[in-house]
Amino acid sequence: MSENKLFTVSIYTENNIGLLNRISAIFQRRHINIESINSSISEIENVTKWIMVVELPEDQMKKIIGQIEKQIEVIKAFYHTEDETIYQESCIFKMKSDLLFDERQIQNIIKESNSRIVTVNKEFFVIEKSGRKEEIDLLHKELIVFGIMQFTRSGRIAVTKEPMEISKMLSAFNQ
Amino acid sequence: MDTKTIKKEPKNTQKTERISGSEAVIRCLLAEGVDILYGYPGGAIMPVYDELYKYQDKIHHVLTRHEQGATHSAQGYARISGKVGVAIATSGPGATNLITGIADAQIDSTPMVCITGQVASHLLGSDAFQETDIVGISTPVTKWNCQVTKASQIPEMMAKAFYIARSGRPGPVLIDITKDAQFEEFDFKYEKCKGVRSYIPIPKLNHSSVEAAAKLINAAKKPMIVWGQGVILGEAEAEFKAVVEKAGIPSAWTILGASAIPTAHPLNIGMVGMHGNYAPNVLTNECDVLIAIGMRFDDRVTGNLATYAKQAKVIHFDIDPAEIDKNVKTDVAVIGDSKESLTALLPLLDENTHTEWHQKFKDLYAIEYEKVIKNDLHPTKEGLTMAEVLNEINIQTKGDAAIVTDVGQHQMIACRYAKFNKTRSNITSGGLGTMGFGLPAAIGAKMAAPEREVISISGDGGYQMTIQELGTIFQQKVPVKIVVLNNEFLGMVRQWQEMFFDRRYASTEMTNPDFVAIAKGYFIDAQKVTKREELKDAVEKMINTDGPYFLEVCVEKEGKVFPMIPTGASVSDIRLE
Repeated sequence: MSENKLFTVSIYTENNIGLLNRISAIFQRRHINIESINSSISEIENVTKWIMVVELPEDQMKKIIGQIEKQIEVIKAFYHTEDETIYQESCIFKMKSDLLFDERQIQNIIKESNSRIVTVNKEFFVIEKSGRKEEIDLLHKELIVFGIMQFTRSGRIAVTKEPMEISKMLSAFNQ
Repeated sequence: MDTKTIKKEPKNTQKTERISGSEAVIRCLLAEGVDILYGYPGGAIMPVYDELYKYQDKIHHVLTRHEQGATHSAQGYARISGKVGVAIATSGPGATNLITGIADAQIDSTPMVCITGQVASHLLGSDAFQETDIVGISTPVTKWNCQVTKASQIPEMMAKAFYIARSGRPGPVLIDITKDAQFEEFDFKYEKCKGVRSYIPIPKLNHSSVEAAAKLINAAKKPMIVWGQGVILGEAEAEFKAVVEKAGIPSAWTILGASAIPTAHPLNIGMVGMHGNYAPNVLTNECDVLIAIGMRFDDRVTGNLATYAKQAKVIHFDIDPAEIDKNVKTDVAVIGDSKESLTALLPLLDENTHTEWHQKFKDLYAIEYEKVIKNDLHPTKEGLTMAEVLNEINIQTKGDAAIVTDVGQHQMIACRYAKFNKTRSNITSGGLGTMGFGLPAAIGAKMAAPEREVISISGDGGYQMTIQELGTIFQQKVPVKIVVLNNEFLGMVRQWQEMFFDRRYASTEMTNPDFVAIAKGYFIDAQKVTKREELKDAVEKMINTDGPYFLEVCVEKEGKVFPMIPTGASVSDIRLE
């Protein structure tokens, strides 16, 4: 059995009810956890794009991509290693407002991490940060010591360095 | 790599007509050429049944005795004819009872459309009476499914359903229609589906891969073919036979590939897999080029993958790109429709005979004959064997019957010993191994091909899982011949218990009812055979009966199926005893 690797999966699909179920079932069958998932519109009109992050051996990844692509409403699926994509994740922290004044260090952390304050009121303030996984992990580690009221991290969004020829495929169909 | 092969045609300018959603369902079925459907009524599908009543002179609804039976009948219908089988049921339990048949059709690539009624759309998600999320439940076992909540969606979704079920690698599709959508009136217009932009049913054949395959085959000293149902699904039997004969390659089949070329063909070397023939299993690990055609290297075929055909170059012909390298790593993959691929391959092949290599198969067959086949067909012991019964059926039907089996020992024996002259003659649950498949599947097969002799062969276990379909046979007067090989055991499980669990027969012994009395209760002629000398006449009587007939044969209780590749063993470690 080969080693587990982190992969970013990009799936172009129709925007149909139930498709998430169909795709996630393929991972579930093989007992694979989905680390993160994001669904959005894509660069092509009426085409949805899913970005998923999964950790598994590459030979399994290949087979899963085949099984995803085989689904009727999937236009095309790809998988990429970490260095083949440009990606961002985003996170927000809700923290007690007192900390902003009592713990001067927090302001330094915000500055150095290139994160920003989204809102401040009497009770709490909210920090937002976008970046790579490690940057967000670091910020989380730095802030947790002060007490975090709430924390949410987004699914990964990514584009690939190589072109994806979805438009070409779809226009071939329309001809 | 993929280019769509389907082109959109200009829009049809057909006139519309104002009808209900439920009438639209029937009109769609008629437009798709459906003449028979199998099902069971209930609350949420009643509007459609009301239309079935009105259209009964155009479309024949068969009331099965359980929704599972409806799916298996639809499967039997599809498997023998190549047409799409249709099953229909109500919401809730009606829909969930379809699931086993749907899963079976999915794994065995059987074209089937299932229509389920659903609670009215305003009740969805409210735990209404007989509400179940059948779209969610059926997702992992359907090729495609959808829910329809508006009558106006029905024509497009039905067209898509039939197109998807039958195109490319076939499979089951489910359409769930809410009751309000069935009642709703709309302007009906039907257009057949010509393509779905996100779906490539038949990948474009890459000719350089065909050339690479031909090169390997022509250079091979010890080539072997293993073919599967892809040959039958692609209607490529003639092209396949031509390839086999021109290149002179010994060819073996998977359980679902059986009958694509006749059993008696000199290059047909038998079945591969767990209970397959000795020669093709052993020589899988000796061939230099293994050519897989329309098969998927199921674990029951390959045994331990780590020791499967490691010495061989592997060529894999398949329509489904996801099958390539899924289980066995291939050297050359030819992705495409079997008929097209084999047609392209044929002219590139050198004529050959491989006489010496072919002789090896014959030599190993002689060993298998001595150790297994002789005793199966001509036992010297008192008890009747399952193989004897199959042999008698072969003799009396001259190999022209379609054999529909259930799952277990009798199935393996039937596949091993049945003689097939015609394609689509072995109808069985391969991938899912669904006990209870046989009897209802035989109903569908006989109705789709009334000109053929259809013989259902079951064990006493599986038979009782769908025994109520005798009611369907009686009501519909389906002249299907039913054989039960009764060993008063769940025989295959018992065999494993004997061999691998120190004879601890946990819940495999069956105390059976009077099967003849049950058949007679349904007014089906019936007979029971316990002695060898009665067998010939009994089979003859069965074959010569015009209507349905039931024959129970009491066979030896602790018979075993050999050869056998134990789980986890290599194909070449197949055991003869």
